[in-house]
Amino acid sequence: MIPISWYLILGAVLFLIGVLGFLIKRNIIALLLSVEIMLNAVNLTFVAFSTQHGQISGQIFVFFVLVVAAAEAAVGLALVIAMFRNRESLNVDRSNLLKW
Amino acid sequence: MIEYLTSRDFIILIIKIVVIFGAVMNVVGLLSWVERKVMARVQMRPGPTRVGPFGLLQPLADLLKFVFKEEVIPTQANTFLYIAAPLISLIPAFLTFAVVPFGPWLQVTDLSVGLLFVFALTSLGVYGIALGGWSSNSKYPLLGAMRSSAQMISYELSLTLSVIGVLLIANTLSLRELVISQNSTWAGFIPRWNIFLQPIAFVVYVVSGVAETNRLPFDLAESEQELVAGWHTEYSSMKFLMFMMAEYANLIAVSSVATILFLGGWSGPMFGPEWLQMVLPIVWFVLKIGLFVFFYVLLRSTIPRFRYDQLMRFGWKVLFPLSLANIVVTSFVVAIT
Amino acid sequence: MAVGAAINVLVQKHVLYSALSVIVMLTAVSVLFVFLRADFIAVIQVIVYAGAIMVLFTFVIMLLNLPADEDGVDRLRWLKFIGIPLGLFLLFLIVATLWNVEPLRATRAEMVGSPKAIGTSLFNDYLLPFEATSLLILIALVGAVVFAKKDL
Repeated sequence: MIPISWYLILGAVLFLIGVLGFLIKRNIIALLLSVEIMLNAVNLTFVAFSTQHGQISGQIFVFFVLVVAAAEAAVGLALVIAMFRNRESLNVDRSNLLKW
Repeated sequence: MIEYLTSRDFIILIIKIVVIFGAVMNVVGLLSWVERKVMARVQMRPGPTRVGPFGLLQPLADLLKFVFKEEVIPTQANTFLYIAAPLISLIPAFLTFAVVPFGPWLQVTDLSVGLLFVFALTSLGVYGIALGGWSSNSKYPLLGAMRSSAQMISYELSLTLSVIGVLLIANTLSLRELVISQNSTWAGFIPRWNIFLQPIAFVVYVVSGVAETNRLPFDLAESEQELVAGWHTEYSSMKFLMFMMAEYANLIAVSSVATILFLGGWSGPMFGPEWLQMVLPIVWFVLKIGLFVFFYVLLRSTIPRFRYDQLMRFGWKVLFPLSLANIVVTSFVVAIT
Repeated sequence: MAVGAAINVLVQKHVLYSALSVIVMLTAVSVLFVFLRADFIAVIQVIVYAGAIMVLFTFVIMLLNLPADEDGVDRLRWLKFIGIPLGLFLLFLIVATLWNVEPLRATRAEMVGSPKAIGTSLFNDYLLPFEATSLLILIALVGAVVFAKKDL
């Protein structure tokens, strides 16, 4: 059978890709998508550990992470819409009014 | 690995897949004929009669026409998405039949979360329409696609909530178990179908099913009078055919899930010799699906179209609270008995 | 395939393609969940995440109707040159740590992630977080409506 470390490594790789995306991309929606990738990688790790130890709490926690991701995506997108309405652009570099 | 590929189980699985898939493809074609004939008779005209006896070869003629038509890809369209959207619409519609039990022995696979799998595929079907409208890059498809996607995700909610009542009674998510749980009878001859136990859920499910598959009276997205042809305006020949097939396959999928959940799947009076008893469940199942399909086609020919705001209001303010109330009442009753 | 889709998210210029790649990645991870015998979570992920949340993303992207990404911000040059080797180094560290985790135990008999088990655990042990998440969704709903309104 596939040893559990493969799943964990895959989760880590996905998480890293999410982090890289979060740092590199300038479109706000792309940033939100990278956050979703990171959350998904964490989900994968949780489920892998849950299967390894034979307990259900890992998957319960995945359930909660899913719910939180949904709530965060909804609010984030609402913010994006409000931002777009004010600035006509989704580039993060343009929203630098708080910069010194 | 090799010994599994040549084992008897695998070959039986392949035969099941081929039989079910072939049957569904044929029925999709047949369904277009049924629809045209029934609509025509309701409107007091004969319908297709020239091609073959009773116009039965009409779907074949349509298929040939679609194959030979010219494939037009608009230059302003987003090519990759334009070609991918019909596939995205078609694949979930056909994949539903992988978990539907046509009979006690004719089911490709019995997932323990089979019902949720069907709903997951319904959720993915939204993308086909949304991307189809977006990639055509012109105003009518975009408008139709937006409306249709909003409608589909709204009615998805009442669709999934309305079956929770059935799940509370049956205590399982696997489609095969759901059918088996309805096999007994009361008073000897009234079958223990869920439609008698959950009439409200049945009505909500059927109405949401009509809305999910974008059929009249909910077909704002492809309304012929308002938006030229809705989201598939810019599509021609094979891709249009795929969208149409996806719509009909979705219709059959919704009908078969309704049959499994509410009408008892393949249960029906069993009689006759041994070989007949093997085939009879499938016949009952197909007859019940036919009942639903007939109802949907009749619905299409008789009721006028809903306006968009009426549609959304109906979905959110009527069907959604109704299905929630159904869950509450059912859970009370199940907890008491 | 999950990694390929995730990398595609980074590479594509138009954000709609990125969203679609995320959907592909979500379905790939869902299949991995099925391999890990967590089929309820797998199907829930497709229904909720890929079916609803990403539809939300797709709607917003389509409604805002953005052109392909503006290019040529040279802040990114040095970021790419330093970021990717650092990322690879971090990857090497993580892999080296995780390489020797103990393998799966041989509890192959029952399905860990059956809906019955999840439901029992959710409503008995984790009832308080469950109610808290419902409150959280309510807050998010109100917040999203308030933020997206044109006139408060």
